[in-house]
Amino acid sequence: MPASRGREPADVVLRVDHVTKRFGGLVAVDDVSFDVRRGEIFALIGPNGAGKTTLFNGITGIFPPTSGSVVFQEREITGAKPHQVAALGIARTFQNIRLFEYMSALDNVRLGQHCRMHAKLWDSLFKTPAERREEQEVTERAMELLKFVDIERYTHTYARNLPYGSQRRLEIARALATRPSLLLLDEPAAGFTPQEKVELMGLVHKIVENGITIFLIEHDMRVVMGVCDRIVVLDHGEKIAEGTPEQVRSDQRVIEAYLGKQH
Amino acid sequence: MSAIRQFWRTGPRRDPNTIAYIVLIVCGALLPAFLQVFLSGTSTFWLTVFGDMGVYILLAIGLNVVVGLAGLLDLGYAAFFAIGAYTYAMLASEHGVVTPLHQAIHVPFWIVLLVAMFVAASFGVILGAPTLRLRGDYLAIVTLGFGEIVPRVFKNAAVWTSGANGVSALDIPSLPAWIQGPWSGDPFAIVQDFKILAPLAYYVIMFILLILCVILVRNLHRSRLGRAWMAVREDEVAAAAMGVNTVATKLYAFAIGAAFSGFAGTYYAAKLSLVSPENFGFSVSITILVMVVLGGMGNIPGVITGSIVIYSVIFILLPQLPDYATGLVQSVGLSGLTQSSGDYPGIGEFISRLKFLVFGLILVVTMLLRPQGLLPSRQREQELTKGVHEDTTIVDVTAETA
Amino acid sequence: MGTIGDAIRQRRSVLRAGVTGLALNAALILLIAAFLLVLLQRVVEHGPSFFLQILAFALANGGIYALIALGYTMVYGIIELINFAHGDVFAFGAFLSASIIPVVGLAEGQSFGVGSALGLLVVFVVTMFVCGVLNVSIERIAYRPLRNAPRLAPLITAVGVSFFLEGALFLWKGPSNVHYPNILPSTGFEIFGATLGVKEIIVIVTSVVLMVALAIFVDRTRLGKAMRATAQDRDAALLMGIDIDQTIAATFFIGALLAGAGGTMFGLYYNTSVFDLGFSAGLFAFTAAVFGGIGNIYGAAIGGMFIGIIRSFWDGYFDSAWTDVVIFAILILTLVFRPTGIMGMRVPEK
Repeated sequence: MPASRGREPADVVLRVDHVTKRFGGLVAVDDVSFDVRRGEIFALIGPNGAGKTTLFNGITGIFPPTSGSVVFQEREITGAKPHQVAALGIARTFQNIRLFEYMSALDNVRLGQHCRMHAKLWDSLFKTPAERREEQEVTERAMELLKFVDIERYTHTYARNLPYGSQRRLEIARALATRPSLLLLDEPAAGFTPQEKVELMGLVHKIVENGITIFLIEHDMRVVMGVCDRIVVLDHGEKIAEGTPEQVRSDQRVIEAYLGKQH
Repeated sequence: MSAIRQFWRTGPRRDPNTIAYIVLIVCGALLPAFLQVFLSGTSTFWLTVFGDMGVYILLAIGLNVVVGLAGLLDLGYAAFFAIGAYTYAMLASEHGVVTPLHQAIHVPFWIVLLVAMFVAASFGVILGAPTLRLRGDYLAIVTLGFGEIVPRVFKNAAVWTSGANGVSALDIPSLPAWIQGPWSGDPFAIVQDFKILAPLAYYVIMFILLILCVILVRNLHRSRLGRAWMAVREDEVAAAAMGVNTVATKLYAFAIGAAFSGFAGTYYAAKLSLVSPENFGFSVSITILVMVVLGGMGNIPGVITGSIVIYSVIFILLPQLPDYATGLVQSVGLSGLTQSSGDYPGIGEFISRLKFLVFGLILVVTMLLRPQGLLPSRQREQELTKGVHEDTTIVDVTAETA
Repeated sequence: MGTIGDAIRQRRSVLRAGVTGLALNAALILLIAAFLLVLLQRVVEHGPSFFLQILAFALANGGIYALIALGYTMVYGIIELINFAHGDVFAFGAFLSASIIPVVGLAEGQSFGVGSALGLLVVFVVTMFVCGVLNVSIERIAYRPLRNAPRLAPLITAVGVSFFLEGALFLWKGPSNVHYPNILPSTGFEIFGATLGVKEIIVIVTSVVLMVALAIFVDRTRLGKAMRATAQDRDAALLMGIDIDQTIAATFFIGALLAGAGGTMFGLYYNTSVFDLGFSAGLFAFTAAVFGGIGNIYGAAIGGMFIGIIRSFWDGYFDSAWTDVVIFAILILTLVFRPTGIMGMRVPEK
């Protein structure tokens, strides 16, 4: 796929270009544009109802934007289906945790590797040596990921029986299983104690050290200011600020939008 | 050796399924001998009955892939059964002579089995491709519609299918060579073109086919595809976000289920040496669904057990019940009940008319009281009992507000 | 559900995009055009009186299908469940009314006077009421406990209830066709060589009256508004203080009133019924509901008429052995090409 326009700086992983999303008469996302650069921790913040998750959904293909385009690694992905987006290298977690509750943690993470596996119907049906080997590798990798997010002890537990914090970590492990270049985290620290938030941000750093770009939606300003490289702020679907934490923190419009929501 | 010891220690103790499998295999293997010893007079009759039961078990295993593993309600499963049966009728009989082809085709049984699988699977894909994106209820109705269309087409396209008369005198399956011996009461000899006629032969074939199918489905269950089915069943949105092509995944289930059904249809047609459009209606589809639901959706030993139970009830118990009831009623002096008057048809007929009612009742009661079925898998048990008998709740109104 | 659910629904466009989609749509249009041409030729061939006869037949059929379709669409609109048993409630209505007719003193061969009309009214009211109670009981016993269960469960239960009802009717009257007393006058009016029977008029008029009554009820009364609110957004309705359980029960009740009336009229018109009448009639009516737009009561009415017309015209001008296949094909094609139906807003896709 050709680049969307002209030459792009090589380190732009995701370009959101004048994306608008309308639901009937409601404009949920209004002409939003920004870039996410490779290797950074990028945050999308804004008051409730600002359109953040809607934007995530538009990027990951759950619905196509009404207008505008999304370019991922110089490839136009506007309107691509969710499984195509995942195969291209964008993974996500969900605000409300959407684990496969009645599958074990291990199986959740093994499922995450679905799009990276090569087993065909024939292989699965007859358990060919190639398939067996792949299953072995997949299981090993899943175990590694569970260890990486520190929930090894829950390997065989049904996802629904995990404590809340471990469920969020499991969702991240599952997303990582898809071998993404870009990881979208939708409020990954919701409901966490301050201590847990610190631990989570440690995990986020570990992920970035492994070469994965992180794009997260977050409410907690301390978390965001502490760990993010750049931030974009949404209010009522519009972008009202973009920049480093210092720039955003002192932006008048941002302060007004959050008036009453002290951090 | 240590692998066996480990299996013995962990396997059966922790997995009720393994026990079930062992019981089923042992009983199945010993059945012919058992019948010969205890019911020697009618052993061939009972062997035929059990051979037929095998067809239903096969169908149930196939439907289980669609309903139990992938979570898609298929109400027209008998359509693929019909397609498999008619495929055999077209490809392995003299019938071709009366069709516009004016030429009879005689393809060997074993090849038709494979052909029918592909034909049925193709129809599964043709039906599924445009419709699998529909919600569960609508998909169910679409499959129901398909299940009604197919037998009617076979009935109406009389030029090709002889319509309501069906096609008879189908080729008898044969093996290219077979060794005879004391087990069939003959001296040792190698027989060419051995025609499969004896009920015992059909039983053995079915037994082997079933074991093969169970192994194949189990392999699928524990593979990439099986996991994808579980995920799609639970949460399609999350599955898609994790890279699962949900439509393709569902299509696979549909096609594989159809293939099983077509396969069973060919076997059934060959054994019966007859196909007729009347045998493939909604009640067949429902019967198999009841077997799957009652036995334990998603769990193969459960589904097999459900099939055995339901089949026994319908084809063994129920036919005997009217006479039994009549006899019982007469012996307790209430012989007036055997007489029909007005709408009441007499105790015998009354009992035999109960079957639909009982079916419906089984479905409803099972879903209300034990949706996981008789022999559930642990996973499905938890899945299916969630939310039953809960009150109306308010969904978290702060959800998804960002 | 929430935004992601709506979002996914929005994603699906009404006509499939892309080259294959265009080709398929073109093929469908050609098919329909070919059918209409052949039909036109045959209509001319058979003459105007035949046409009018078929039309009268179509409208009567359509009215009955519309009444049943309304029940399906209302229930689906409010709890997103296809009440498989609804067709069988209709059949039960036919069976029940046949039993009540002798009780009110009506019999075949009598002349039809004011007394008969009153008796018939009683038959209607009682049948409708009992069917209503039956449907409400079904909802209470079989569907409500499963309201929060995984989707597969209430679906299977609904099929079970349907089978159960068919089994009950089978038990009651056996496998053969059951005669229904012929008490409506067989007279009619001559119009352009065709006979417009009193029977047709009664069926059509009653259907229309009931449909209009329903429309007024849903639009004007408090319960009707509650039904619409619950159908649109159950949680909001709950927060507004609407008793959801009662509203749902009322929906089932009213839908069954119509089905019971439909069953009675079916019997009066065709003078026959059979235990599995509900199966085919139900499927046809459901096709009508989908075609018209599931969840939309005007759509159900239009869809019912459409299916009635298709059925009668196909029976009249083509090979009636294929009528069922044609209608089921319409069902599948509608869901594939235009799942929202003619007038609907709810998308039957995930």
